Amino acid sequence: MKSLAELAAIKEKMQNKVVMREGSGDIRVVVGMATCGIAAGARPVLNTFVEEINNEGLAGNVTVTQTGCIGICQYEPVVEIFEAGKEKVTYVKMTAEKAKEVVEKHLKGGNVIEEYTMTNA
Amino acid sequence: MIRSQVLICGGTGCTSSGSAVLIDEFENRIQENGLSDEVKIVRTGCFGLCALGPVVIVYPDGTFYSRVQKEDVAEIVTEHLLKGRIVERLVYSDVDESVKEEAAHVSLSDTTFYKSQRRVALRNCGVINPESIEEYIAMDGYAALGKALTEMTPEEVIKCVMDSGLRGRGGGGFPTGKKWSFTAANKADQKYVVCNADEGDPGAFMDRSVLEGDPSCIVEAMAICGYATGATEGYIYVRAEYPIAVARLKIAIEQAREYGLLGKNIFDSGFDFDLHVRLGAGAFVCGEETALMTSIEGNRGEPRPRPPYPAVKGLFGKPTTENNVETFANIPQIILKGADWFASMGTEKSKGTKVFALGGKINNTGLVEVPMGTTLREVIEEIGGGIPHGKKFKAAQTGGPSGGCIPASLMDTPIDYDNLTAIGCMMGSGGLIVMDEDNCMVDIAKFFLNFTVDESCGKCTPCRVGTKRLLEILDKITSGKGTLEDIDKLEDLCYYIKNNSLCGLGQTAPNPVLATLKFFREEYISHVVDKKCPAGVCKDLLTYKIVKDTCFGCGMCAKQCPADAIKVTDYTAPGKKKPAYEIDPDKCIKCGACMSTCKFKAIVKE
Repeated sequence: MKSLAELAAIKEKMQNKVVMREGSGDIRVVVGMATCGIAAGARPVLNTFVEEINNEGLAGNVTVTQTGCIGICQYEPVVEIFEAGKEKVTYVKMTAEKAKEVVEKHLKGGNVIEEYTMTNA
Repeated sequence: MIRSQVLICGGTGCTSSGSAVLIDEFENRIQENGLSDEVKIVRTGCFGLCALGPVVIVYPDGTFYSRVQKEDVAEIVTEHLLKGRIVERLVYSDVDESVKEEAAHVSLSDTTFYKSQRRVALRNCGVINPESIEEYIAMDGYAALGKALTEMTPEEVIKCVMDSGLRGRGGGGFPTGKKWSFTAANKADQKYVVCNADEGDPGAFMDRSVLEGDPSCIVEAMAICGYATGATEGYIYVRAEYPIAVARLKIAIEQAREYGLLGKNIFDSGFDFDLHVRLGAGAFVCGEETALMTSIEGNRGEPRPRPPYPAVKGLFGKPTTENNVETFANIPQIILKGADWFASMGTEKSKGTKVFALGGKINNTGLVEVPMGTTLREVIEEIGGGIPHGKKFKAAQTGGPSGGCIPASLMDTPIDYDNLTAIGCMMGSGGLIVMDEDNCMVDIAKFFLNFTVDESCGKCTPCRVGTKRLLEILDKITSGKGTLEDIDKLEDLCYYIKNNSLCGLGQTAPNPVLATLKFFREEYISHVVDKKCPAGVCKDLLTYKIVKDTCFGCGMCAKQCPADAIKVTDYTAPGKKKPAYEIDPDKCIKCGACMSTCKFKAIVKE
């Protein structure tokens, strides 16, 4: 080890591996992962969220978790996004592509993609 | 891409309750369900709540599972990790109802056990994988060493430690910064840093947990100390009975060497430092600093007179700084966050936090870290979850065999070095053994004296012979042969040993006797005058009796008695339909088996 920069580089590289343990972030992305959700393809959706959020460097304040069946099985895969002080947004009939778009436009840009939400389904 | 992490405690407590099996089982089940690329298993150090082990935490939600068994693993994997349904029956949920209602899921930091804790020395324990230096670096590890070497002079480092108010956590409470400055002031061709990890107090396990949970932190702190005091070599003296700690320490040192965080020219500053591990064979006296150094040198672990102090003539005759594990564990954060940050916690003369190992008659056996000045009541009733079976708190022993007890009447004393000394106790290394109404205080004093008699190294007479005599007097008292003069003799001898012993072991060995005499003298008196043990512990002073009126005559006690001491004495007592039982006091060995068997509470001890 010759410099602080070298140390910082290792820290940077490792950060996303431990950041998950520091408690929940400001935004929670919850993917419905009950049998109905999994059957409808929730796993690739979940994994895309995790991957994209890491790629975009949002892991510090966005937590991705799963939940069970919320009762609207015909709309699965369902993704709910909770943000403190804002109303819950429910995306339905999600796919990996749509998930990418949500990360880009909603989580990063702050704009809800209305056409994928529950109200427009 | 990893979306979820399963943290499994790999500390000694949870390992002995079976966490190693869990790790294998989790790995198998996760593979079975095709989750290997999505879920990562991390073996961490101690979370602190050892009573509820094995402990498993699932992130990102932070669900805290307790007492997880091998059979539960499949359910956690298919339900929680796959489908996101928390296995409620395994969740530890000792939280306020208000929190429970508000939050969708209960996180670890909401539980009463963790809520009032402040983790400084234990900050990484149970959070990182202790066998990965990279995870330590990700949690700001080695940033303090980097800062010290590149931006600070050795004098500035010492000043920072001095201003923080950090005092030795091994029990003595000597200001750490001052200790460092003494070594720094001495010129020598070679100086040393020594870490005292010879944790010997019965019931104390905070040093072990730090070494098991965050070993790199100690490596970093010792290097900082080396830089500040001008030492280029360090020794960690750790008990051989701590195999997990030893293994992880060696891994941490090896990894630090690979990254060039130990070795030559660290951070291109021209500073060289390297570390060695030495195993102690478990002698209590080797926790005393001079005996410890004698042992590292390869000699029989015996203390040497001070002065000369280690800062002048320590290990191998060279100036040496010796600190306890927990003291070192505070150093990196003091350097990183500044002296003011550390000094903002605690009381006027005792800064920062203190780790306590809770043991004895308490619900949440485990490790807690609280700011100095927290009262005993908060630690025991809130964090510790109170006394089991609704019993009454009687006293808490601090500082193990070198310390004293805090009685219930002083439960609201803020715990810090000076307050404890003022009431005749000692902070000690932080073992906190809780006693309830069923503990006899004379018996407790005898227990600790037994320990010190065994562990006295024998070099000086007051300790070698004196502690033995103390134990004999205590034996006499607990067997009902004591007199009031014995109590006075006991007290005199205590002060004699305190004033004349060579090292800390002898000087503090009478403390348990003195403290119990101070707060529970009436218990001693009832042993010698009334020949009774109020708590019902000392066997020689007890008699078991069957109360005829409540006895149902079932005969269960007679069947249980291993000494065949219970007999039917009267088959046809007038007006009675059932036989009468009696205990023969000559045969009775006072094991209490009859009493715990009796369904009618017809057997009493007095």
